[in-house]
Amino acid sequence: MTAAAPLGKDLLGLEPLSGEQISLILDTAEPFKEISERAIKKVPTLRGSTVVNLFFENSTRTRISFEFAEKRLSADTVNVSSTGSSVSKGETLVDTARNLEAMRIDMVVIRHGSSGAAKFLAGRIESNVINAGDGTHEHPTQGLLDLLTLRDHFKRIEGLRVCICGDVLHSRVARSNIWGLRKLGAEVAVCGPRSLMPNAIDEMGVTVFSRIEEAIEWADALNILRLQLERMTAGYIPSLREYNRVFGVTRERLERAPRDVLILHPGPMNRGVEIDSDVADGPHSVILPQVTNGVAVRMAVLYLLSGGRPELAESAKAGKGGA
Amino acid sequence: MTEHTETILDASAVERTLRRMAGEIVEANGGTDNLVIVGIQRRGVQLADRIVALINASDGVAVPRGALDITLYRDDLQTIGPRPVVGSTELPGSIDGCNVVIVDDVLFTGRTIRAALDELADFGRPARIELAVLIDRGGRELPIQPDIVGKKVAARAGDRVDVQVHEIDGQSAVVLVSKRFE
Repeated sequence: MTAAAPLGKDLLGLEPLSGEQISLILDTAEPFKEISERAIKKVPTLRGSTVVNLFFENSTRTRISFEFAEKRLSADTVNVSSTGSSVSKGETLVDTARNLEAMRIDMVVIRHGSSGAAKFLAGRIESNVINAGDGTHEHPTQGLLDLLTLRDHFKRIEGLRVCICGDVLHSRVARSNIWGLRKLGAEVAVCGPRSLMPNAIDEMGVTVFSRIEEAIEWADALNILRLQLERMTAGYIPSLREYNRVFGVTRERLERAPRDVLILHPGPMNRGVEIDSDVADGPHSVILPQVTNGVAVRMAVLYLLSGGRPELAESAKAGKGGA
Repeated sequence: MTEHTETILDASAVERTLRRMAGEIVEANGGTDNLVIVGIQRRGVQLADRIVALINASDGVAVPRGALDITLYRDDLQTIGPRPVVGSTELPGSIDGCNVVIVDDVLFTGRTIRAALDELADFGRPARIELAVLIDRGGRELPIQPDIVGKKVAARAGDRVDVQVHEIDGQSAVVLVSKRFE
């Protein structure tokens, strides 16, 4: 049996994917969860493949999650960060990647501060490219792990009401979530200060709430974005205390909701700003299961993009599925 | 060229064959102590379920049953086109020191079993691993042989042996599909 809708060479975002392709990734992630629960957390699937994690922005969770996913599939991994590499000497992105390719690599996982960097690179090198966050554009594997966590809990995505709260303007996580949720038939809303909402956000097919109480009353799940603290100095919000008072997700606010609201957060959290500790550590929080699912989703993406060189397929036909 | 299909085993023949195999498994292991039956996805799992039920009926013991998906251990993953769908793998606790019987529907090249042996080694160190297959169709590409065989079928290289199980195919049978020039 073969997968019905392959993904193509790269994973650049959820916007270019169909609902069927997104579901394929989520379904593929299911069996990968079990591998991380084994005593020997490793399968030989990507043995001999080399993956470069090219991180031009700081990241702990995403980079480590990708690295675990790669290692648990037996790939060889190399981490390149912008500090301490030739990037800091002024080398261009394409030159860096082409030099890596000259050393015979198979995949590049890239995080970059500029929107569109992953797509730019994907069009210029042969290796598979996976977007691990580009500027304020997309962070597709975060969107996928959020979808998987929602699906684990509710057993469906279609018809779910999910509200994305906080700094939607600067958030690639918000964009990937909106695309992914909408393609799988969820109802999506956003909630946050007007200064942190993109213009024409409603054209993405989402409802806009200006009060967090309304969002909580409406939603089955809240995906609470990190308030990037540097935004405060840039004048988007008056103060952290005021942000918490108006938009913070607190236990008192959740207790007034007509139903239990599932709590997601992509991390790292600012406790006491966008989310209170009572909520983050509360019974409806799935923030740590999100992290666990991140490894499985990234394993699924690596698996689906890897291999499959058609020029070798002819010589490899070996009867009925190799039985 | 036309496809010629021939039923090798009908539902009652499949049942009789599995009953004999279940008996042979218990006999070869001197009982059911430390026995674990592991089916290979997809249809090996249903056959393993049936064998477990037959052992339960004859000996009154519920033998633990596992499922193994060997996709991620295949030796042709770098060459095949679209990625194959991966099924679930679940083993009933530790297999250290157990007598593991791998159950599969059709034994052909032996590559699936090679992959299954690698995967089992990642879960522990069984005292012994045996192989039980419903159909042995010949055509081995690796030095792997079954311990318990339902039926041997002399299939030619281009032929297909389809094992059908109730849970997936709605009926229980084994069919040989061969291409013939008229």
